Amino acid sequence: MIGISHYLILSGLLFSIGFMGVLRRKNLLMLFFATEVMLNAVNIAFAAIGNYYGDLSGQMFAFFIIAVAASEVAVGLGLLIILYKKYHTLDLDVISTMKG
Amino acid sequence: MENLVYIALFAPFVGSLFAGLFFARSPKNIVVGVVNSALIFISLLASIALAIHVVEHGAIHVTMMDWITVGGLHIPFGFVVDEVSVTMMVVVTMVSTVVHIYSNGYMDHDKSFNRFFSYLSAFVFSMMVLVMSDNFAGLFIGWEGVGVCSWLLIGFWYHKKDVTPDINPAISPSYAANEAFIMNRIADLGMLIGIFLIYWNVGSLQYDIVFEKLPHLGDGILVAIAMALFIGAMGKSAQFPLHTWLTDAMEGPTPVSALIHAATMVTAGVFLVIRANPIYSLDAVSGVSYFIAALGTFVAFFAASMALVNRDLKRIIAYSTLSQLGYMFAAAGLGAYWIALFHLAAHAFFKALLFLGAGNVMHAMNDELDIFKMGGLKKVMRGTYLYMGVASLALAGIPPLAGYFSKDAIIETAFNEGTYILWFALVFTAGLTAFYSFRQVFLTFEGEERYKKFGFHPHEMYRYVLIAMSPLAILAIITGWFKGSFHEFIIRLLPDYEMSHHTHHNAWWLGLLVLAFAVTGIIIAYMKYARKGDKAFKQDKEVESGFLYKLLINQYYIPAFYTEYIVKPYSALSDKFWSIDKAVVDATVDFIAKVIYKTGDRTRVIQNGNLSSYLNWMGVGAVLLILASAVAVVIG
Repeated sequence: MIGISHYLILSGLLFSIGFMGVLRRKNLLMLFFATEVMLNAVNIAFAAIGNYYGDLSGQMFAFFIIAVAASEVAVGLGLLIILYKKYHTLDLDVISTMKG
Repeated sequence: MENLVYIALFAPFVGSLFAGLFFARSPKNIVVGVVNSALIFISLLASIALAIHVVEHGAIHVTMMDWITVGGLHIPFGFVVDEVSVTMMVVVTMVSTVVHIYSNGYMDHDKSFNRFFSYLSAFVFSMMVLVMSDNFAGLFIGWEGVGVCSWLLIGFWYHKKDVTPDINPAISPSYAANEAFIMNRIADLGMLIGIFLIYWNVGSLQYDIVFEKLPHLGDGILVAIAMALFIGAMGKSAQFPLHTWLTDAMEGPTPVSALIHAATMVTAGVFLVIRANPIYSLDAVSGVSYFIAALGTFVAFFAASMALVNRDLKRIIAYSTLSQLGYMFAAAGLGAYWIALFHLAAHAFFKALLFLGAGNVMHAMNDELDIFKMGGLKKVMRGTYLYMGVASLALAGIPPLAGYFSKDAIIETAFNEGTYILWFALVFTAGLTAFYSFRQVFLTFEGEERYKKFGFHPHEMYRYVLIAMSPLAILAIITGWFKGSFHEFIIRLLPDYEMSHHTHHNAWWLGLLVLAFAVTGIIIAYMKYARKGDKAFKQDKEVESGFLYKLLINQYYIPAFYTEYIVKPYSALSDKFWSIDKAVVDATVDFIAKVIYKTGDRTRVIQNGNLSSYLNWMGVGAVLLILASAVAVVIG
């Protein structure tokens, strides 16, 4: 029987994978993918817990997050294209102009 | 009437702010001089109006506001205009008005003209606070205020470089200013202790409450209070051993010497003793009072002796100021407070006149002060000669000028009290006073025209300045004539002092004796210094190498002694403390700064501009926060 804990473990695993991606990846596009993975990990947790408690607000939040993530990707990808046009790469080690 | 009190008090303050706020950085502006003089004149008019009011209706007491109210401490910002303070107010504003107008001419070519007026008016304001305050705290504020203004004005020409003491005994204006300020700090500590003792034992600083409760205190406390207050007075009035600053204070511009270091500020010590007369007239403190009289007499003689040989025009007058302050203290110490106040007023007029005359001479001689380089100036400076002659006659105590009435009364007091040693010392000093003041006048104005050798082209002061000085000259002549009415007026507040029948009986020959000493002094001065041709004055090398001359010209080696045994050990000690300070305090502070600086230096690498590493650090932060909250949950 698949219970709440399985969903939460899946969500935690996905979140950790996304988090590691954010930390380790050097390519901006890959960073985007990693954040999307993290967002969807959270979505799974929301939906699962919402179902567990019989409360719809968890699923509502998941929808909101999907909407926000979509718009974020729309804006973010646009910026990425501009960055790529400017530097001809998306490698973060190359695009590091703000030296302290 | 309350408004008049505030006008008299704040008109100088407005003048100071006017000059200080609006003209501090602008070049010389005659408007400043005129406006400030006018404001001081308004203050004078208000003071005279108040004096008339006090004569007719008695004292005025106003409380402007509550100033300090903390727990049991309650000090209102109040002013009292009674017989004593109104006398001081009239004297201060009178001399100040003349000095302000005079300064318009004297400081004519000085680039810091505006600054000068700002300071000078601030001084007058502080002095008014000092004399008008109705409590010891307000008195102390004024006391420190005049000290600061004195410091600012002695060091007015701060740009002059330090020189060795054999070229200029005061070293430099800034040095002299610091000397005056530091020496006054020493005395002010005594004054503060006195004020604390009063508050501690009485619970108030209001004059009327303090004087009412004083007789109920123990003898020891009373003596301590009287001593401590007098130490404060000694500093401000430059009594031995705190006297050396006054002659060095002559580094300031001459109007300052006239106003602050002759007529007003230095008499604040005498004023304090007069104001606190209920303390000093108590039987318990008769020892302190006698000490004041003895010290005053000693200083009168001591300062006069140094004036005998000095060659510096202003320093001679400064010594005579010291000497006259000694006379005032002698009178106050013997219980003749009203005579002390009378001499204070008379002295203020003729001494200010004398100083302003000296300023004219300096102006004429391109700031030369050595009287041996002058002589025969009467041809070009007739008006100044007249003024200085009148002032010196008054100082020497020749009737019917002011000094005769006031000084003679002091000498008579000493006789009346049966203190014959003091009496004789004062009589003898009167002779010395006459000699040195006329030595200076004759060396400056009579005899051979020695200045020609040195290429000076003296010229008389501006006419308006000479006219402005005339009120002082008139007052130096006539003040003495009002001794009777002043006596009647002032004893409404101060204890009366009458001569005994015995003294009355002997008064005629006492007066004649003093007069004989004075006239002899003048005649000797005339014979020695005023003649021309064969009998003209020449420097006598033999006398000048003698022990006595050396002793006097070096001021009894007291400044040298102070330098050698106080200043030098103290600066050596300070050097030691400085190195300790560097090793402990500075090192601690530097260590803290270094730690912070190094931390910043090390952590700066985080900010490397790479988004990936920022994200890593953010991740570390997030993990740490989660851990922290987890720990908090577990512990909590």
